[in-house]
Amino acid sequence: MCIAVPGKVVEIREDGALVSFGGVVRLASLDLVDRVQEGEYVIVHAGFVIRRVDEREAEETLALMREAGLEIH
Amino acid sequence: MKFIDEFQDLKLASELADRIARDSSRPLNLMEVCGTHTVSIFRHGIRDLLPPPISLLSGPGCPVCVTSPADLDRAIRLARHPGVILATFGDMLRVPGPEGSLQKARAEGADVRMVYSPLDALGLARDCPGKKVVFFAVGFETTSPLVAATVKRAASMGLGNFFVFSVHKLIPPALRALVSSGESRIDGFILPGHVSAIIGSGPYQFLAHEHRIPSVISGFEPLDMLQSIWMLVRQAEKGEARVEIQYRRAVSPEGNRKALACLQEVFCPVDDRWRGLGTVPQSGLKLREEYRDWDAEFHFDLPMVASVDPPTCRCGEVLRGAVRPSQCPLFSSSCTPENPLGPCMVSSEGTCAAYYRYGVSEQGRRRAAMKFHSDKVRTDHHRGGERRQ
Amino acid sequence: MTTGEGRLVPEERIALAHGAGGKLGHRLIRQFFLPFLSNPCLDRLDDSAILEVGDVRIAFTTDSYVVDPLFFPGGDIGRLAVYGTVNDLCMGGASPLCLSLSLIIEEGFPLEDLARILSSVGSAAQEAGVQIVTGDTKVVGRGGADKIFVNTAGIGVIWDRAIQVSSGNARAGDQVILSGPVGDHGIAVLAQREGIFLGDEIRSDTAPLNGLVRDMFRASKQIAVLRDPTRGGLASALNEIALQSGVGMVVEESLIPIREPVRGACELLGLDPLYVANEGRLVAVVRREAAGKVWEAMRHNPLGREAEIIGEVVADHPGMVLLKTKVGGKRVLDMLAGEPLPRIC
Repeated sequence: MCIAVPGKVVEIREDGALVSFGGVVRLASLDLVDRVQEGEYVIVHAGFVIRRVDEREAEETLALMREAGLEIH
Repeated sequence: MKFIDEFQDLKLASELADRIARDSSRPLNLMEVCGTHTVSIFRHGIRDLLPPPISLLSGPGCPVCVTSPADLDRAIRLARHPGVILATFGDMLRVPGPEGSLQKARAEGADVRMVYSPLDALGLARDCPGKKVVFFAVGFETTSPLVAATVKRAASMGLGNFFVFSVHKLIPPALRALVSSGESRIDGFILPGHVSAIIGSGPYQFLAHEHRIPSVISGFEPLDMLQSIWMLVRQAEKGEARVEIQYRRAVSPEGNRKALACLQEVFCPVDDRWRGLGTVPQSGLKLREEYRDWDAEFHFDLPMVASVDPPTCRCGEVLRGAVRPSQCPLFSSSCTPENPLGPCMVSSEGTCAAYYRYGVSEQGRRRAAMKFHSDKVRTDHHRGGERRQ
Repeated sequence: MTTGEGRLVPEERIALAHGAGGKLGHRLIRQFFLPFLSNPCLDRLDDSAILEVGDVRIAFTTDSYVVDPLFFPGGDIGRLAVYGTVNDLCMGGASPLCLSLSLIIEEGFPLEDLARILSSVGSAAQEAGVQIVTGDTKVVGRGGADKIFVNTAGIGVIWDRAIQVSSGNARAGDQVILSGPVGDHGIAVLAQREGIFLGDEIRSDTAPLNGLVRDMFRASKQIAVLRDPTRGGLASALNEIALQSGVGMVVEESLIPIREPVRGACELLGLDPLYVANEGRLVAVVRREAAGKVWEAMRHNPLGREAEIIGEVVADHPGMVLLKTKVGGKRVLDMLAGEPLPRIC
């Protein structure tokens, strides 16, 4: 229902952030989030940034998945 | 692509699948409530990786599918107003209602434009001062804050020709209606990741406290879904019922407070009609009085019409998870993606469309019934059993 | 009214989806065109017709180009018209010889744009090594056509008797080779048309494939099928081969090359790159023993540098293409159904 895609902030402008999705750069509004920095990853839905990606949590999630694998072997 | 590729890892997927198989000892009906989850499950062949006792059901998570026919008709009526540009997301264009579809209205001369963001609609209003631009606002809590922010922008710009026709809906009340009906046995919920990025995990607590149903807020990549299913299996096996967050890189328990504040400033909850669920209390969003100047329902004459679902269409039951698409008599015979009779087949995230496109057994039956070229008699490898001596 | 599996009854009207290169268009041809026009040559429904004229085999094809917008990143309608027809000819195993060029132009069309298009046609023809030898121009009143429609017909010759390509030739055991990344053309055109700026990374892949095909046949004549995945994308092309040959196919998602920016654009627009049109790629179905050689030859050609063996032909589930997903699951890779509208919500 809600196609939102993670991308990398390449530039902050007055009218929003330029976010790169695998090399395709699009403008997204920052109206719904607090400060976002260049180099950060964000999730964009229909032209708006809805959330920053918490990279530490992403790593932990992957680590949990790897652990699940280890427990079997 | 970062934060997508890592969550599609083959090895981790197969390990998670093994884990699920090892840990699950009983049949479980798990419902996912998000069209994007429905599609992800099919696209990645997730069902294939799950052990037989685990059954995945699709719920009313497709905003296009749950928009009532009456609201669609009102949107078409709006589009037909002279001087109006109706801006809509692509998915809504082909949904068939009693008065046809928006696409048909466009072919008949109505000015209907497809947009990718409510900001595009705002841009249209700014660029066409002589026209009235109405944004047909469909979507759940991932989308409604964006529309709220857009209305606020319109207000600050003093734009007098931008309007919103809101048919936005809220997920938690729909879940409440689903579990209260007791129609299908639901042993666990896979909750929508991006709706939850906005609303957090609080609104789902009633599932655990009042109904003792385990739920997990899940991301959309295949590893996310597998991990979420595993978390649900674990809860079920231990007899627990909690709201867990699997999608921790995007969802925090309190959600996105700024987005929620924006939403609450512009919209207020009302009772609303869902296709398939009927009237659900406090489940829709309409603009508050302070934002009346941008409310299409206030500005245009849009009488409420009675909602009529086509008689044999079973979209309602499909949306509740009460039946599978193959149990609808119209599925795949008269209702197909080329000739959709109901929204579940039109929307690319609709359950029926997903089953039709990706379902192996459905395809098998259809291929068997298809006629190949009559002069194609193969002497070596071939279909079904004709072998020439 | 269409009944689901689709017998069209006379009061049905042509819909946009009939031209999208997927199921509906397919059905239209089988149920409307073939009954009136059927003959063994046409019935094969290959990209080009192969005609025996004395000792010589001639390939003959035609295509109309109605792309909107006319000019897009990486090409324009003129270039597309030449390369598209050249490619249809070499998909039949032929060496392209010459093209006709027929234009239907709407009154009021700017001469400057016409010049641009003709210039593209000229340079594309040169690049492809063909000549435009005959043509026609018609002008219709305002509203009679959408700016300009281009039709090209092409003639080629299949010199070597050992070359036998047809969509009906695939057999179990054959390998499926894709010449390069998919999705570029369709995304570039969509972006231009919708006014979505996607940046310089997104360009049409339109290119003449005759050089690549020539190199492939030099490596081996055991190429059973050649198909260029245009409208309907890779998925539809694979399905067409499976249907025409009465075989099944299994394809590995992780082996299908897709450029990162195309992936990004598809994620953003909610599109599946496997259904997006390509104009400079081909799919080859090659006998198992020759697949390695052909693949290597492709890799030595600039247009095949990223060629991959993506799957194989099987005897099971005839007419159906199965995709092994990146995470080890399985799903049907169906032909394009309906119109691909980008999703957002």
